[in-house]
This record gives sequence, C-alpha cells and structure tokens, in this order.
Amino acid sequence: MWQLLQIELFKIFKRPRTYISFAAIAALVGIIQFGLKLDGNMYIEFMLRDLSASFSIEGNILNGYLVCYIILQLLLVHVPLLITLIAADLISGEANMGTLRLLLTKPVSRTEIILAKFLAASIYTIMLLMFMAILALFVSMAIFGTDDMLNLKSGYVVQLKSSDIFWRYVCAFGFAALAMLTVASLGFFLSIFAENSIGPIVATMSIIVVFTILSTLDIPIFNKIKPYLFTTQMIGWKGFFDVKVNAENEAIVGSIQNVGRVLQAAGILVLHIVGLLVASIVVFKKKDVLS
Amino acid sequence: MCPNCSNYRSIVASHSLAGGSLLSLYSNTKLLLIFIQAQIIEMKKLIIVLLVFIVSGVAASAQDASALIKRVKAKLDKVNDYVAEGSMKTDVAFIKAPAGKIKVYYKRPNQFRIRRSKGISILPKGGISFNMSSLLSTESFTAIPTGESIINGTKVKLIKLLPNDENSDVVLTTLYVDEANLLIRKTNTTTRENGTFEMEMNYGKFADFGLPDKVIFAFNTKNYKIPKGVTMEFDTDEPAKQNMKNRKGKVEITYSSYTINKGVPDSEFK
Repeated sequence: MWQLLQIELFKIFKRPRTYISFAAIAALVGIIQFGLKLDGNMYIEFMLRDLSASFSIEGNILNGYLVCYIILQLLLVHVPLLITLIAADLISGEANMGTLRLLLTKPVSRTEIILAKFLAASIYTIMLLMFMAILALFVSMAIFGTDDMLNLKSGYVVQLKSSDIFWRYVCAFGFAALAMLTVASLGFFLSIFAENSIGPIVATMSIIVVFTILSTLDIPIFNKIKPYLFTTQMIGWKGFFDVKVNAENEAIVGSIQNVGRVLQAAGILVLHIVGLLVASIVVFKKKDVLS
Repeated sequence: MCPNCSNYRSIVASHSLAGGSLLSLYSNTKLLLIFIQAQIIEMKKLIIVLLVFIVSGVAASAQDASALIKRVKAKLDKVNDYVAEGSMKTDVAFIKAPAGKIKVYYKRPNQFRIRRSKGISILPKGGISFNMSSLLSTESFTAIPTGESIINGTKVKLIKLLPNDENSDVVLTTLYVDEANLLIRKTNTTTRENGTFEMEMNYGKFADFGLPDKVIFAFNTKNYKIPKGVTMEFDTDEPAKQNMKNRKGKVEITYSSYTINKGVPDSEFK
C-alpha cells in the first residue's frame, strides 16, 4: 500500500499541472496582499462605515490575521477548482492514456488502488492548503503585523484578542481541509465514469459553481435546500471566528459561538467524503476496463 | 371676616340710614367701586411683593448653585494631570468585545485620552473623552438648580448647566452633585453631534481629588448592518441576534490606580 501511495504521489507531482495550483495560489495571495497593503484602508473604511458612525476605532485594524481571513474568504471558494484539476484526473487520466488496464494487472486489489489514489489526492490537497496557510497567514503576519482581529459579520462585530486567534486558524485550516477533501472525493468519484479528464473536471466544477451560487443566494425558496448542499457546509470554518458572550455581553475568550453547528457541518463533510469514497470503491470494483 | 369687608358694611349701613332709596342706591354703587379699586391696589402690592420674593429667591438659589459648582471645580483643579490604569468593558448590542486593560491620560484643561494597553479599542465617539474637569473648565455656563435627588443612598443636588456659547457642542448638562463631599455622582449630557449620554461615577480612595474609581458611560447607538453577500457568513449568528434588541450602549471603566500631578507629555494625546 505504501509503495502504491508513493507511486501515485510520484505521478501527481511529476505533472506540470500540479504546480499550476501552487503558482495560482501564490499569485492570488500575493495580489490580494499587494492590493491591501497599498489601498487596504479604503476597504477597511468601507467595511467599518456603520461602526465608525458611532465609534472611534484605534489600533492596527488591517493586521495579518484580518488579511488572512479576507484571503481565505475570497480563495476558499476558488481553491476547489484547483483541486478538481488533479482529483478528477486520477482515474480518467489513466483510462485516457491506457495505463489503467496495465495498472489493474498488478497483484493489488482494486480497493487498494482506489485507496492509494485517494490518499495521494488527499496529500496533494492538504499540501496545497498548507502552502496557502503559510502564504496567507504567516506572510500576512510578517507584512501587516498582528493585533486583535475584527470579524465584521452582517449583523454584528466580533473582536478577537490577538492571543485568541492562532488556534482558530489551525482549526479553520483543519476544517478547510475537510471541505477540500469533499471536493477531491467528488472529482475522484466522477473520474471513474469517464475515459478522459475533461468530462469529470468540468462536471465537478459545474456542480461546485451551481451549489455555491445556491448556497450564497438569500432567496427563501433556496433556503430550504441549502442545508443539504455540501457547499453550504464548506464555509463552516468561519464558525471558529465567532465567540460566545456572557450575561454582560462581554466576549468569552477561547469560546466558539456555536460549536455544535460547526461540528455538524464538519460531520456532514466527513459523511460526504466517506460516502463518495465508498461509492468510488464500489463503482470501480465493478468497472469494466476492457472497453 | 376681613377688616375691609367690615369697613364696607359699616359705611353702607351709615349711608342707608342717612339718605333716601335712590340716592342710597347711587352712593352704594359708588362706594362699591371705590372698594373694588382699593382691593385691586392691595392685590397689586401683594403680587409685586411676591414677585420680589420669588426673583430674589431664584437669584439666591442660582448663586448657590454657581457657588457649589465653583467649589466642585476648585476640588477638581487640584489635579493638573494624571495617568490612570484600569480595565474597560464594552456592552453594545452589536459588538462582541472582550474586557481589556486600558491607560487613561488627562491634562488640564481638557486633554483626555483612553488607550487600550493591547489590541484594538472601540470607543463611543466624542462622549467618552468627556470628563468633569473639561466640562467645568470653562466659566461660560449658567447654573440652574432644579431640585434634589438620591443616588445610591447619597443625597444629591440637581444642577442644570446651560452653556452661554451658542456654538457649544454641549446643549445641556444635568449634574447630580453630592454637596457634602463635593463630588459629581452622575451627569446627563445632551450634545449636538454625539447625542445624549449619561455618566455615573463611583468614588473610592481618590475621592479627595474628585477622581472616580468606576465610571459607567451609557450612550445611544446607531444601527449596524453589512449585506450578507459581502460577509458570506456561516449561519451561526442566530443566538447572538437575540441580544441585539437593546440599542443603548454602555462602557464601564474601572480604575485600579492613578498617578496624579507627575506630568504627562503632550505626545500621549496625539
């Protein structure tokens, strides 16, 4: 199994397209950081305009923690597309090149092959997220410094103490890993049905785009189906950046406003991953590779 | 029976005995008119006397109020500057902020600054920098006494301060002055720019300088709203919304120490 995994990782990291994702993330994060460094105060003024009407706010508002939050908010919608490029190609790419039959002649079970490929895709996904975390969090902290973080929500503002933020990002990236693995599982599952990579990549992207639009639209008729869409649960990482308050409306340091809801979202994503992986094994075991 | 009425009756009785019926009626009416005129003159005198009493009473009370304010001010003027340390709690419906340590700088006549020792500070505009010394730093106000009240078991005098300057941001201030200790226990201030706010002071070991141990600052807040499309938020904010009804904000500052009259550089107020 370990040897299979090594082979799959070698295949993934040998392809130039694998590095497109890393380059794209580096470019996007760099552009956002550059823009915010030059003109970030305008963005902050816009976001704080309601609060500034009644309050004077002092401190390093546009600090590394807030910049990372802005980057994650913008990028975690688009990173799935980059993950799809690899995950949706894992089986269909082999089928297209004709190496799938050869692979299945080896003395390993189909389940092992699927598991090795999925594990390789997972490692790639986590590496991409870690790369993003280093650029978005640590580089932003170096450029913009650190301070308390103001999380500007639609109905209220959450002030997080600087000492109470880092662990939230660790959890948020962990949650984001689950969200991205769900995308990888979907792309991987769809790749079993195709003989070339384009079909499953486009299909996965289409599903994500449609589901994301349905998740963000605030129209009552769509609100009923939102909880069933994995894209709704994918933004659950934001739940780590809201805190509980005590009877005097004082934020409780180290708390999470709704742990249950965040765990529920994480559970739904895990169910998606397990479900899609099991479905992939079942379908692949029955797949006719002779055609 | 009033003496005037008995006079009138005796006059009428003597005239009735002396003259005939028509003559008697004429003279009676004339006498009545004379009597009414005399009564009006008497009442006018009484009203004038009363007005003199009232005006002199009000003037005396206003003078008392001004004198009391001057005595309070003299007490506050013992402090030229201070640096205070303490903690601040913010209670605003749409802000979830942790309590934090603060440093407060003051320099006569009206330089005042609150700084959070660590992190971002969110302070209500204008009003929080309002303190008793800066309020009383100008002589150009009219003090009007409006009665007495009790705050936390302490008898206080209510004095309204009306600024003489028409362009002053402060429109009206009501002071609740503890006359016995020369301390301002509570204020209620209406401003043009920053609405109405209320300050309640509790005094302890620095009462001799007129400096409070605890200040509760209450103010009105405006609405806060960002479109959900911009924030793209996760739907965990339902429990928090329940606390959003109260539109009155509150900032509570508890002072732990004061360093008085040791000098504060102007750079601290920039």
